[in-house]
Amino acid sequence: MSTTTAVVTPDVTTAAGAPSPQGAPRRRSHLRKRLELALLIAPATILFVTFVFLPLVAAGYYSLFDWNGFGPLVDFVGFDNYAKALGDPLFQGAISHNLFIVVASLVVQLPLSIALALLLNGKIRGRTALRLLVFTPYVLSEAVTAVIWLSLLQPHGVIDGLLEGAGLGGLVQLWLADQNIVMLTLFAVITWKYIGFGIILFLAGLQGVPDELREAASIDGASGWQTTRLIVIPLLAPTIRIWVFLSIIGSLQLFDLVWIMTLGGPAGASTTMASYLIDRGFRRYEFGFGSAVAIILFAICFVFALFYQRFALRRDTQGAITGRVE
Amino acid sequence: MMTATALAPRPAGDKPRPAFSVMTPVRYLFALLIVGVTLAPLLFVILGGFRSNAQINSDPAGLPSPWVFSNYATILASESFWRFLANSTVISVAATALAVGLGSMAAFALSRYRFRGREALYSMFTVGLLFPLGVAILPVYLLLRQLHLLESWVGVALPQAAFALPVTIIILRPFMAAIPTEIEDAAVMDGATRLGFFWRILLPLSRPALVTVSVLAFITSWNGYLLPLLVFNNPANFTVPLGVATFQSQYAQDTASILAFTALSIVPALVFFIFAERHIVGGLTGSVKG
Repeated sequence: MSTTTAVVTPDVTTAAGAPSPQGAPRRRSHLRKRLELALLIAPATILFVTFVFLPLVAAGYYSLFDWNGFGPLVDFVGFDNYAKALGDPLFQGAISHNLFIVVASLVVQLPLSIALALLLNGKIRGRTALRLLVFTPYVLSEAVTAVIWLSLLQPHGVIDGLLEGAGLGGLVQLWLADQNIVMLTLFAVITWKYIGFGIILFLAGLQGVPDELREAASIDGASGWQTTRLIVIPLLAPTIRIWVFLSIIGSLQLFDLVWIMTLGGPAGASTTMASYLIDRGFRRYEFGFGSAVAIILFAICFVFALFYQRFALRRDTQGAITGRVE
Repeated sequence: MMTATALAPRPAGDKPRPAFSVMTPVRYLFALLIVGVTLAPLLFVILGGFRSNAQINSDPAGLPSPWVFSNYATILASESFWRFLANSTVISVAATALAVGLGSMAAFALSRYRFRGREALYSMFTVGLLFPLGVAILPVYLLLRQLHLLESWVGVALPQAAFALPVTIIILRPFMAAIPTEIEDAAVMDGATRLGFFWRILLPLSRPALVTVSVLAFITSWNGYLLPLLVFNNPANFTVPLGVATFQSQYAQDTASILAFTALSIVPALVFFIFAERHIVGGLTGSVKG
């Protein structure tokens, strides 16, 4: 943090033309700098504060009231909304669904995308095209992805047809209507959409692993697996940490896909924190209660991010999330 | 730049080791598998648009026989598809221009001026990164209602631009900070003001980073679903994702039309993606590495 800001910095004096130690030019350049700063910073700050920062504060305030979004805020209930939300089995279910996606992503998508990136990193024809292709689902909107998979997963639809064709008709499920299956189905769709992102990220990370290191290891008699496990994976660690961070934050905020594919159903079996929030806020006009849910969701993301930042990401994100210039 | 590195010739004399040639078929097998899993759903959608509902119902996974062109033709001739496209374009362009314009000004100030509270201000923007639109959506909605911006594209573009600012600033700030002071000194020597330096020299030099943040902001806005869902009730105002989702729920029985509609809605995204692929990847990896 710059504490010396009251003093005019050297470059400003140069800008003023006359590096006079005191007097009017200096003061004028100081004023000019302030005007410039205001001009540069004010628009972005106003936009950000209006639509991001104040709404967060407002949500905190609304969350203390029983309020339907119309009329004055009069029905102060303190932290009742929070207690009600945390005590609601449906919301507890929503939290556990988000956690399921978090854990399943780490356990399935992470190893899978590293393995596929390693495979694709070797010499292979058409690698550029392959990369482009793998990344395509990531660019589609979640809405389009949801509609595509809704069509595929219809009862007696393509997926069922393919399974039956392969003699696996016994595996056919009510993919989106069975409470025990729906989260797995959603996770499969999420994996389809986001695995390409992981692969691309890890392929980029692998560019940073020097060939010499691998060659040296193989000359020293290390097997391919040993080289991968002891040299390549550790060198990928920064990329892994970033992937984990993005994956967890994304999993906690899951909404579009769920909303279009299941509306959180059947019977709340695929409700996420965000879909619960929209359901309560906009379908039942419980704005105070919905705000409490929003604050809980934010608190979970924020606390996770702080801890992750502190203990895992620290080295990688200098200059990014909390870093400073210079 | 990533592709360039990938394609760079390996050092001469680097023969594939025996272990590698054993792996090669496996590698191609997996590559094929990935291609299949990625492409199959998209092909199903595109081809399904060329089939009739009767064909789809009798054999969901079959090929068009005969090919039916009326599904695509109907949608291409419908006013609503083009309107969704136009709405999405207006909103995304506006949100991107606003986020990148204001974001680059702020990033310039945050990277090349020293002032009290600079880091605090920067931290405020970065916290926004952890703060999804969903969390703020209730108050944002109420604010938009108060400002009479519901049913208006401005009501979607403004919050989307605001939420795009953190990524924009986080990518641009280190980029701008890394441009050597000598260049600034030289410009000042030649009589440029600091704002002149920003406009005539720094912005052109930051072009790669500006392209990246623009692409990211554009895609995020283009794919946005939640905000348009809440702001728009009138189908005439719908964006593409909202239109696709609504079409799906309205014509649930008409699978062929849904597939044709979805396939057409993918086209602009794919075209854009083919041109911007490098920047997306660069931006996503760069945004977190700073």
